[in-house]
Amino acid sequence: MSDFVSGFWNIYITAISLISILFCVLLLWSQSTHKSTGGVQTTGHVWDEDLEEYSNPMPNWWRWLFYLTVIYSLVYLAVYPGLGSYKGSFGWTSTNAYDAEQKQAERDYGPIFEKYRAMDIHAVAASTEGKEMGQRLFMTYCAQCHGSDARGANGFPNLTDKDWLWGGTAAQIKESVALGRDAMMPAKGLKPDLNGEQITDLANHVRSLSGLANDATRAKRGKELFTTACAACHGPEGKGTVGLAPNLSDGSWLYGSAESSIVETITKGRSNRMPAFGEFLGEAKVHLLTAYVVSLGGAMADNSVSPAPTDTAAAPSAAPAEAAAGK
Amino acid sequence: MQVSATYNYQVVRQFTVMTVVWGIVGMLVGVIIAAQLIWPELNLSEYLSYGRLRPLHTNAVIFAFGGCSLFATSYYAVQRTCHTPLFAPGLAAFTFWGWQLVIVLAAITLPMGMTQGKEYAELEWPIDILITLVWVSYAVVFFGTLIKRKTPHIYVANWFFGAFILTVAVLHLVNSAAMPVFSSPIWKSYSAYAGVQDAMVQWWYGHNAVGFFLTAGFLGMMYYFVPKQAGRPVYSYRLSVVHFWALIFTYMWAGPHHLHYTALPDWTQSLGMIFSLILLAPSWGGMINGVMTMSGAWHKLRDDPILKFMITSLSFYGMSTFEGPMMAIKTVNALSHYTDWTVGHVHSGALGWVAMVAIGCTYYMLPRLYGKQEMHSMRLVNIHFWVATIGVVLYIASMWIAGVMQGLMWRATNADGTLTYAFVESVKATYPFYMVRLLGGSLFLSGMLLMAYNSYKTIVGGRAYNAPVLAPAMAAAH
Repeated sequence: MSDFVSGFWNIYITAISLISILFCVLLLWSQSTHKSTGGVQTTGHVWDEDLEEYSNPMPNWWRWLFYLTVIYSLVYLAVYPGLGSYKGSFGWTSTNAYDAEQKQAERDYGPIFEKYRAMDIHAVAASTEGKEMGQRLFMTYCAQCHGSDARGANGFPNLTDKDWLWGGTAAQIKESVALGRDAMMPAKGLKPDLNGEQITDLANHVRSLSGLANDATRAKRGKELFTTACAACHGPEGKGTVGLAPNLSDGSWLYGSAESSIVETITKGRSNRMPAFGEFLGEAKVHLLTAYVVSLGGAMADNSVSPAPTDTAAAPSAAPAEAAAGK
Repeated sequence: MQVSATYNYQVVRQFTVMTVVWGIVGMLVGVIIAAQLIWPELNLSEYLSYGRLRPLHTNAVIFAFGGCSLFATSYYAVQRTCHTPLFAPGLAAFTFWGWQLVIVLAAITLPMGMTQGKEYAELEWPIDILITLVWVSYAVVFFGTLIKRKTPHIYVANWFFGAFILTVAVLHLVNSAAMPVFSSPIWKSYSAYAGVQDAMVQWWYGHNAVGFFLTAGFLGMMYYFVPKQAGRPVYSYRLSVVHFWALIFTYMWAGPHHLHYTALPDWTQSLGMIFSLILLAPSWGGMINGVMTMSGAWHKLRDDPILKFMITSLSFYGMSTFEGPMMAIKTVNALSHYTDWTVGHVHSGALGWVAMVAIGCTYYMLPRLYGKQEMHSMRLVNIHFWVATIGVVLYIASMWIAGVMQGLMWRATNADGTLTYAFVESVKATYPFYMVRLLGGSLFLSGMLLMAYNSYKTIVGGRAYNAPVLAPAMAAAH
């Protein structure tokens, strides 16, 4: 094993462990030979007026308890790894035990998951058992961020609505789960010299896009700034681009719609990540998870891959980079 | 014989009073963080958030309350059993003021988020240096007094106090070794160790902090104050010898059981487990010696609440030192690790053993330090005993149940191998037990408030008294 940098440490560990156990035994044995001669005697020493010690023998049950733990320990060290690089007669290692459990689990549960992997995602989503299996996986791996009701939270997308930053077809969702997504909205967009006033103007314009209360004068100034600072990604009308920048006009907000939140988004930018689960969970579990998300009702039909940027209600597809956009 | 000489009770008085004060502070913070686990809204600001108050709680209870109690009792016992006043009284006074400064600095820096991030060793390097200075002074005072002793033999309590002082010095120096950043912020440092070595050093320290600070030191207390209060000789000298050497020797090995099923090599885990098992008998030796000292004096338990504190503390000591080796067995640990069972185990030791025996010893010393026969109200001491006992029982029983429940919920699987419960479901199921724990902790804290009132009345009703140094008694019949 590579636990030791030289053969010396193996011998050192073995020797010091055995000597230590032996020391306990000798200590116990050396003090056990004395038999009480009847009658209770003290050692004869007195401290602080009246502190004395009886020379009672050690209780027998206690001595045997001590010996038993020593015997158990020696047997344990004979069969399990403990004495340096000696492997123990069982040849047990935690790595092998883990691998064996993983293999057993694969044998026990693999076929159950394989059955669903072969099925179409929509069929899995429609089956009660498949949906439940997906939900159980969701509760273990996804609920921490997206919530146990999948409705998300500030910074974590809602999976039950029709707003999809990276596309809402079954295939696109599966890709998000398997490969993860990284999104970044740069601070101040393409105009790094934006000042505080201008950012507030922009925020008012962004709020106006979805009909939220705003200062009309500021919104008007903000609209001009939007063209140079934001439109390249969010589009001239702020309707976004799937996989690139969120739709700012659909009333769906990842980081909140308050003017202060939007100002923070523009000022500092946003950076966010959905972790990749493909390698960790394997294809079958990703398939079931996707089916569960599809079953929540927000997913889009497979043929609606291209977003229709002009129709925000029907095409929430225009809602890219979840993390990215300061939506 | 120096007829006019008196024992140095001044520093003992100071540490005894601060034991009560810091006990209340530490346990109050404990009650607050217990409430925060039920009502997260109580995390009022980052300075008062759970993550910063929790180390404040552990440091205040272990090092402020437990530490002051250890200083007080060891200074009291060592001079009386050596029949000589403390060596280097100036240095002894420094240990008091230095230690209080350490505690105040901890109370300021931990809520500000200054931490080394090592459990029970959170304080940053400038405070670590101050601790080292105080500790070396403590060792000089203690061992200097031992050397000055007028008796041929060293009393067993002092073996334990001595082992505690020496070992804690070694533990502190090795585990706190760190490299300061030396730029802004100046107080920041990084551990001298990395990866699994860092974890192993941390838990070698962590478990021995329990073994020496909270066990060996408190056994020293037990060996002086239990025979004194019971008026009976220690049960067995031979048992003292065997369990002392076996205890201090075996504790050193037990740390790896905190790192079962981690990146720690298998052989290290095995050694940690078996030495934890071998530790059972040496640990119980102290309990047997304390409890059996009562033989022939059991009737005193009926109406002596101080003895009740001491004997109950030994019962909890026996329980938690049985529980510890059991939890160190890998199969049991697989269930108990990371659950509230661990929290219950720790408090069975910290409240049941450490706090109960420290409270008993404080009630023994306080009147004697102020020229009185006993506490202002022994009835209040008795009420304190019952309130504290019920508090501990509620605390540890709720955490045992909660811990086993969490362990079972976390490992439960469905027919398809998926987890039966989401993590948050185990949190939700724990709420009722958190309520019971909060109640138990609040009861224990209320007992401390009774103690503070009783101590105050005792102190204002008496006046500082320094007992005359006694000549050693002639050896009794052998």
